[in-house]
Amino acid sequence: MAKRVAIVGSGQTDHTGSRPDVTGVELINEAVNRALENTGLTRADIDGVVVGNMDHFEGINGVELWSMDGHGGQLKPVIKLTTGGTTGSTLAIGGYHLVASGMFDRLLVIGWEKNSESDTTGAITTAFDPIWDRLVFAGAISGLAIDAMHYMHRFGITEKDAARVAVRDRKHALNNPHAHVRKEISIEDVMRSPMISDPIKMWDMCPRTDGACAVIFASEDVAEKINPKPAWVWTTANRHLYSYLGDVKTYPIESLERAAKEVYRKTGIKEPLKEIDVMELYLPYSVAGLSWIEGLGLCGPGQAPKLLWDGVTDMGGELPINPSGGVISTNPIGATGLIRAAECALQISGQAGARQVPDVKVALSTGFGGCFWSDILVYGSKKPNFI
Amino acid sequence: MDRVAIVGAAQTAFSEKKVALTFADMAYDVTTRALEDAGMTIADIGNIVTVSNDFWDGRTISSMAVGDAIGAAYGDGKNISTVEGDGTFGAFYGLARILSHSYKSTLVVAHSKASEGDPRLISNALFDPLYERPMGADRVAAAALQAQVFMQEKGVSLEDIARVVVKNRKNGAVNPNAHRKEAISHEQALNAKPIALPLKEHDVSPMSDGAAAIILAGESVARKTPHPVWVKGVAFAADAYYLGERDLSESPALRQAAQKAYAMAGVKDPAREIHAAEIYDEFSYQEIMWLKELGLTGSALPVNASGGCLSAHTVIVAGLVRMIEASLQIRGKAANQQNGIKTALAHGQNGLCGQSHCVWILGN
Repeated sequence: MAKRVAIVGSGQTDHTGSRPDVTGVELINEAVNRALENTGLTRADIDGVVVGNMDHFEGINGVELWSMDGHGGQLKPVIKLTTGGTTGSTLAIGGYHLVASGMFDRLLVIGWEKNSESDTTGAITTAFDPIWDRLVFAGAISGLAIDAMHYMHRFGITEKDAARVAVRDRKHALNNPHAHVRKEISIEDVMRSPMISDPIKMWDMCPRTDGACAVIFASEDVAEKINPKPAWVWTTANRHLYSYLGDVKTYPIESLERAAKEVYRKTGIKEPLKEIDVMELYLPYSVAGLSWIEGLGLCGPGQAPKLLWDGVTDMGGELPINPSGGVISTNPIGATGLIRAAECALQISGQAGARQVPDVKVALSTGFGGCFWSDILVYGSKKPNFI
Repeated sequence: MDRVAIVGAAQTAFSEKKVALTFADMAYDVTTRALEDAGMTIADIGNIVTVSNDFWDGRTISSMAVGDAIGAAYGDGKNISTVEGDGTFGAFYGLARILSHSYKSTLVVAHSKASEGDPRLISNALFDPLYERPMGADRVAAAALQAQVFMQEKGVSLEDIARVVVKNRKNGAVNPNAHRKEAISHEQALNAKPIALPLKEHDVSPMSDGAAAIILAGESVARKTPHPVWVKGVAFAADAYYLGERDLSESPALRQAAQKAYAMAGVKDPAREIHAAEIYDEFSYQEIMWLKELGLTGSALPVNASGGCLSAHTVIVAGLVRMIEASLQIRGKAANQQNGIKTALAHGQNGLCGQSHCVWILGN
């Protein structure tokens, strides 16, 4: 029989630009040990392991098998899920389904990346069709610059509006001991930072990070024994709509809009801005923090800057977004979407420390990657009466 | 466990080099034919799991190549995910997404083209980059070590492994999808050119291009399809990573996966209750070794009636093909149909020397 599923705990490394002191296996081990410590579980309690990253960043074929000593999956079911930038959210969705299937009670789900060992842009470029797309595609940033230009031009959004997103996330990161980039910046700092791909400047953009995140998903049979305030996974949805860059419709972001409609329908959420208490969004750069929250239905087309300037999405606002500092502050790619899930769960469990939003009952996380693909998970403090 | 069935399946013919077909072409072909087999259309599909590997495809996010072809954007768009590894593992996740009550059916599609990469380099990348990779070993060299230890420890002879070659290549000769279609005599197998001793040419599976798809469906959907083959049990497990940490003559991971799958399926005496087996025989000796861990040694059941991996081996896809061939035996539709097959076993593996195994028990 299908089971309801909760996140009962997690562990993250202290994310940073380069971890020459550890191998990838050791990095994974650091996150796993912290997750076990957080939940009071031991390796013996874990009945399955899911691992994800992007192969071409570290050049390891079969990472789930290579990292055995780091996660302790020997003589247990071990499986790899990977979908590019959405890998982390794919892992969280996988954790949900595998436990909900009734075949696992305590599943260890791990996302990781050691970007310091990679040519990140070079590897991302090979995601695209070798004949039609690859020769004209110069990595992730240029694609996002097109996304930005489209939205900004259509609604007269300014670079300063976008900078407001970066200022928010970077300020929030100060509260997160795990965040990679922790530096408070002003709108002027963003505006003065070096141009990378017009209109994206350095402080608009996420870093590339070494880090790992381990999350423990548990079935309803054991969840509350492990954590009296677990984060119940209410539902998941995703859309990976495109195979070719030329097909992408940048605004409105179709993949996110459609996945959002699906999760709102399944959970009965009608007014997300009012009904959701915190969001951890995979916003790889500043403009996404405007146009994509429109995709999530938080406001009408072109209205996002007002929400930002009014402080609605700041800590203390009506709907705080990215209390962790978000992707702009920390981006170990294969872990990035899973960190969003871990952070939402910490918020619901009341374990988020200095970045805690008071009294979180409903949380939402996203993943972004591939060819403008989107994943969404919704979590609640209440055990859902729907599966 | 809720009842779930394989309701549709398709595979390409396997060959050395499908120059004319892209990954998407192959994926579209098997998806279309699996839907036809199930009497379904893409509109009926609840969600999708793709199976691929970035190293073999030479592109990061290898799943992106096939999204269009398999219906990821159909209608409002479908929920979709990707497993990297053998197709049996992808099918497991596809099953879980039905058992979670999120979807009523899952389309599982696997693809790979060995011809577009260098199998030696790609399998060398399975070794740890610091400690092992510089030695230059690949999957065949690793298997030769395992074959040596296994044969020595368990008293398996060169004649024994040659018999596996002869049997599987004979079976492959009547499989229209096989890559290697020529039967091999015992003498030919024994006297073939050495690759990595004790493995000789025919002991090593060919590297094939191809794709396969299955459609899994929950009971309410499966009952309305023409020929459901039911999932009775399934489990997977992994062994230690470093070859030096393992007793390569045994596979506790496979033993464990088999025992769990048998328990789930209510199989108490596998040698009697399993009527046919499709084993991931990446190398000839592995068929003997895996059968032993599966508790099927000495049983008279037909093993790899399809010809197995020794006749066609597309990494990522091959385990899904084992499931398809096992289900065809149950449906009575296999090219090399055996008599009285009610329950069949399909096996898949990942990694070097079978580090990780997945076992499916299918039945009518």
